[in-house]
Amino acid sequence: MAKEKNALRLSALDRKATAQGLTIGQPLANARAMLPELKVMAANDGADRKLLERIADWCDRFTPFVALDPPRALLLDVTGATHLFGGEKTLLDHILAALRMQGFAVRGALAGTAMAARACARHRDGLIVPPGDEMKITAPFPIEALFLDPVTTHAFRRAGLKTIGQVAHRDRRELTARFGSAMVFTLETALGKTERPISPRIPLPDYSAERNFPDPVATEEVIRATLVSLADTLGEALEERGEGARRLEAAFFRADGAVMRIVVETGSPTREPAVIERLFREKLDALADPLDPGFGFDLIRLSASRTQRCESALADFNADLNAEREIRFLVDRLSARFGAHRVLAFQPNGTHIPEAAGLAVPAQEVRNTKVTWEIRRKEEAPRRPLRLLAKPEEINAIAAVPAAAPRRFRWRRAWHDVVLAEGPERIAMEWWRHVTPQPTRDYFRVEDTNGNRFWLYRDGLYAREVETPRWYLHGVFA
Amino acid sequence: MGGTAEKLASLRATLATAGLETLVTHARVPLGCKPADAVLKGGLERGALHEVYAATNAESAATAFTAGLASRVAGKKKILWIRQDFSAVEFGELSATGFLELSIDPSQILLVCTAHADDAIKAASDVLTCAALGAIVIEIPGEPKILDLVTSRRLTLACAQKNVTAFLLRFAAKPEASTAETRWLIRAAASSKEEENWGQPVFETELVRNRHGRTGHWVMEWNCDEGLFRESDGRQPAHHRAVVSASGDGPATTALESAGRAHAVG
Repeated sequence: MAKEKNALRLSALDRKATAQGLTIGQPLANARAMLPELKVMAANDGADRKLLERIADWCDRFTPFVALDPPRALLLDVTGATHLFGGEKTLLDHILAALRMQGFAVRGALAGTAMAARACARHRDGLIVPPGDEMKITAPFPIEALFLDPVTTHAFRRAGLKTIGQVAHRDRRELTARFGSAMVFTLETALGKTERPISPRIPLPDYSAERNFPDPVATEEVIRATLVSLADTLGEALEERGEGARRLEAAFFRADGAVMRIVVETGSPTREPAVIERLFREKLDALADPLDPGFGFDLIRLSASRTQRCESALADFNADLNAEREIRFLVDRLSARFGAHRVLAFQPNGTHIPEAAGLAVPAQEVRNTKVTWEIRRKEEAPRRPLRLLAKPEEINAIAAVPAAAPRRFRWRRAWHDVVLAEGPERIAMEWWRHVTPQPTRDYFRVEDTNGNRFWLYRDGLYAREVETPRWYLHGVFA
Repeated sequence: MGGTAEKLASLRATLATAGLETLVTHARVPLGCKPADAVLKGGLERGALHEVYAATNAESAATAFTAGLASRVAGKKKILWIRQDFSAVEFGELSATGFLELSIDPSQILLVCTAHADDAIKAASDVLTCAALGAIVIEIPGEPKILDLVTSRRLTLACAQKNVTAFLLRFAAKPEASTAETRWLIRAAASSKEEENWGQPVFETELVRNRHGRTGHWVMEWNCDEGLFRESDGRQPAHHRAVVSASGDGPATTALESAGRAHAVG
C-alpha cells in the first residue's frame, strides 16, 4: 500500500487478494471494507529497487548486458550466448525455474527485441518468439503492453486504438506528430523492426575465464585452486595478445543468488598467474569479513580489465629492471592488503603552499611528470620542517611587535620561550583557488630553550587583512 | 702457489670491473661522524635491525636522524617507510620538502600507512623479503604489545636473510629487551647562538647498545649538502648533562639511569 493523492491505495496484490476481487489503485479503506482480515504492508520502493538490482547481479552469470526496467522487470540481451546454456528454450526455462525456486513469481519471454520480449512476458509467459515473427505475435496484445505513459495510453483508448496491431496500422507521421518520436520508436521496437541496444550494467571486462560447479563449492582450498587455474587460463589468453591487465576482478556467484566481487589492481600491467594468485591471496586475507560461501559457490569468474601492452616478464640480466619489478610487485602486494590509499609515493607538485608542495599519491599511480623537485639552496639551514602537521594547530603567541616573531608561545599546554627566530617568510595563498581570499601567512623558524625548532606562522597580515591574526604551529624541524 | 694467487687476483679484478656489487654487501656504512664510526668499527652494519628511540619532544630530531641513517645505507635505492597513523596525527606527517631540505630525494621514499602496530609489523615482514630495497624504517608510537622480544628476533632474522637493513623508530617509548644490532637514543640539541646560519639539524645521539662494540655519546649534525653526519663542534646540549663514558656493552638501563641522575643534577 502506498500513499497516492492523499489516500492510501493498494500498490501491489498477491494472487489470493486478486482472486477476492481487489484491484491495484483501490483505496485501502474500500479494500479493508471488502476484506477485514487483509494483511497490509507499506510499500518500500527503495528496497524493491535494491532487490531488483541484486537479481540483476545474479543475471550477470548469463550475460553482462542486463538493464533494469523498474519497478519489476529486467531486460537481458543474450545475443550470441544462448548456445552456452543449451539453447534459447533451455536458457529461458532455467532462468525462470531458478527464480521461481527462490520464491519469486516471475514471467519471462524471449524475442528479437527488448520491447517485444517485455510485451510477450506480460501476456504469453514462457514464449520464445521465432525471429521475424514479433509483429505477428505482438499485434493482438492490448496497448498497455507497450508500457507507455498513462496519458498516451488513455489517448489511444479514447481514439479507439485498443491493440498494438491497430496502432501499427496508423501512419507513422500522424503518430509522430501527435505523440512524439519516442513513442513511435518504442512501437517499432515492439514490432521487431528496430532495436535499442542495452548497455552493460558493469563495464565489460577485456578478458574473462570462469568455472561452473554443478555441485557448489565452499572450501577455501578449492576456491584458491580455482583462482589459480583461472589465472593460468587468463594468463595464456593475455599472452597470446601480448597484453597484461591492471585490474583483475574475481566474481563469486553463490548458489542462493548473492554475488561477491573482489578487485585487485596493479601499478603496471601483469599476466603472471603467480602474481595474480598472490595478490588475491593478500586481498582475501585482509578482508574484514571473510568471504562467506553460504551454501557454496556455483560459479567463479576471473576477469581482466584495463589491459595494456605488456612485455614478457622473464628474469632479466639487467639487475636494475629486476629490482624495479620486485619493488612494483611489493607495492602491488601492499596495496592489495592495505588499500591503494595507504601505499604512497611523493610526487612533486608545482606549488609553494607548504601542505601541498609534495603530494603523497598512491604508489601504483605515480607517473613521471614534467614537474621536478625544487633544488635545495646549498649551505643554508633547512627552510622546511621534516614533520608537518596535517592540520596546523593554533597556539597562543606573545609577540613584542605584531609583525615580529613571537617571544613566547603556548602549544599543547606547554609554554616555549623563544631563543632564536628567523623570518618572516611570506607565503600568499593561491587566490585563484578560493572564493573568499585566504589570509597571507608569515612563517617564522623559531628555536626554544630546549633546542627544539618549530615552524610557526601568523595567519593574516596585521591590520591589512585581519584585525587580530591568529598564530599556528605547522611543523617541527629536526 | 704463486700461480693460483695470481689467478685469484686477476679473477677478483675481472669481477670488480664487471661491476658486481654483491661482493661488498656486508661492508659497514660509515655515518661520517668519525668518533661514532670508530666505535661502530667502520659504520652501521647492513642486513641488521637498528633501533632509534626519541626522547620526549625530540621526535622530529629522531626522524631526521633515522632518515639520515637510512639514506646513508640505501644510497640511491628506495627507502620504504612504514608509519602508523597515530604517529602522523600526533607528531606530524613526513613532508617531501622536508626530505628535500636534508638532501634526501623524496622520489626515493615509499610510504606505507597502517592503522595499527600489528599491521605495521605484518607489512614489515612482507617488506623484508624484498632485497631490492635499500632500507626500511618502521615508525611506531607508544608501546604496543606486539613489539616484544619475539618480534624483535623475527625482524632481525628477516633482515639477515635478505640482507635488508631495517630501522625501528620509536616514539614515547622506553627501551626494552631486544635483539637489535645497535640502539640509539636521540635528544634535541640547541643551535649555537652566534651562528648566522642556525637551524642545521643537530641532535644529541647516544649509542646505548652496540652488539659488537662499545657505546658512546656524541652531538651530531647532519650535513644537508653532502648527505652525511659530522660531529658538531662543541655545541652544548640545552640541559647540561654528564657525558656517559664509553663503557663496555652494558645493559641499556644503566645508561638511562645515569643520564636521568645527571639530568636531575644539571
